[in-house]
Amino acid sequence: MRYVAEVRVMLRPVVNDPQGLTVRGALHQLGFAEVANVRVGKHIEIELDAPDLAAAQRRVDEMSRKLLANPVIETFSVELREAPGT
Amino acid sequence: MPLRFAVVVFPGTWSDGDCQHALQDILGQRADLVWHTTRSLAGYDVAVLPGGFSYGDYLRAGAVARFSPVMEAVQRMAEAGNPVIGICNGFQVLCEAGLLPGALLRNDSLQFRCVPTYLRVEAADTPFTRECHEGDVLRIPISHGEGRYFAEADVLDRLERERRVAFRYCTPRGEVTPAGNPNGSLRNIAGIVNERRNVLGMMPHPERAVEALLGGEDGLAIWRSLVAHAVAVA
Repeated sequence: MRYVAEVRVMLRPVVNDPQGLTVRGALHQLGFAEVANVRVGKHIEIELDAPDLAAAQRRVDEMSRKLLANPVIETFSVELREAPGT
Repeated sequence: MPLRFAVVVFPGTWSDGDCQHALQDILGQRADLVWHTTRSLAGYDVAVLPGGFSYGDYLRAGAVARFSPVMEAVQRMAEAGNPVIGICNGFQVLCEAGLLPGALLRNDSLQFRCVPTYLRVEAADTPFTRECHEGDVLRIPISHGEGRYFAEADVLDRLERERRVAFRYCTPRGEVTPAGNPNGSLRNIAGIVNERRNVLGMMPHPERAVEALLGGEDGLAIWRSLVAHAVAVA
């Protein structure tokens, strides 16, 4: 079975995010005064083959821990679905 | 007998030639460029992980390079007690590999900074700083977009308690203040060593400060320390 994993990697709350602060400043300049906070992260899409959803979840978690996110500075979350047309 | 330095080259490394020039032409040592697929560094005294953009800095700086075959050999050298020095991208690789604590994040200015910086020597009892004195101020350039040192407060406390901060960014007069900090590194940290003190990571480039022609020679103190260390332990 083919699955699509969407991995979201964000800086941990304790880590200062100058990109987010810069985007917030720009939004304020554009008149979006209601913006309180912005944090910028990464979105990674992975297509993979696995026998079932639970197995796919385990593999993507492992990929995330090993390579996609650095636990010193980042957290990750995974959303999985069956690939279209399978 | 000259020392044998292994200068590790990943796809995208750019300071390997500068390291080799400094070590061979200026210091009279032997420096071989070693491709990242090499599995053994047997016979080398020191491993150098130079600056650059290994694997394009994709995902995170150093994140992909740390899984290169050569990194197992680098780890074995470190475990054997040989000096390992990671400069700029090399520092990032050492952190990603877990040989040093913490991580290097995007500069707080969001700018790529290529400027001379001033470093206060905080620990002179390492193989990399034994020719220095604590409190010495070295003028050595940085060249990076992601050099903001980060670690949890308890990790920082431990680094300080164990005197493992080798260098801090400072002003030309040696004051460790925000004005001397080019990238927002926590506690102005520019370089740290591991517990055993034989692995150093630093963002500034000592290989680019070895000739008056290049604007200064303060980087020589670090390379000369390595040579003096080898003589002392031989």
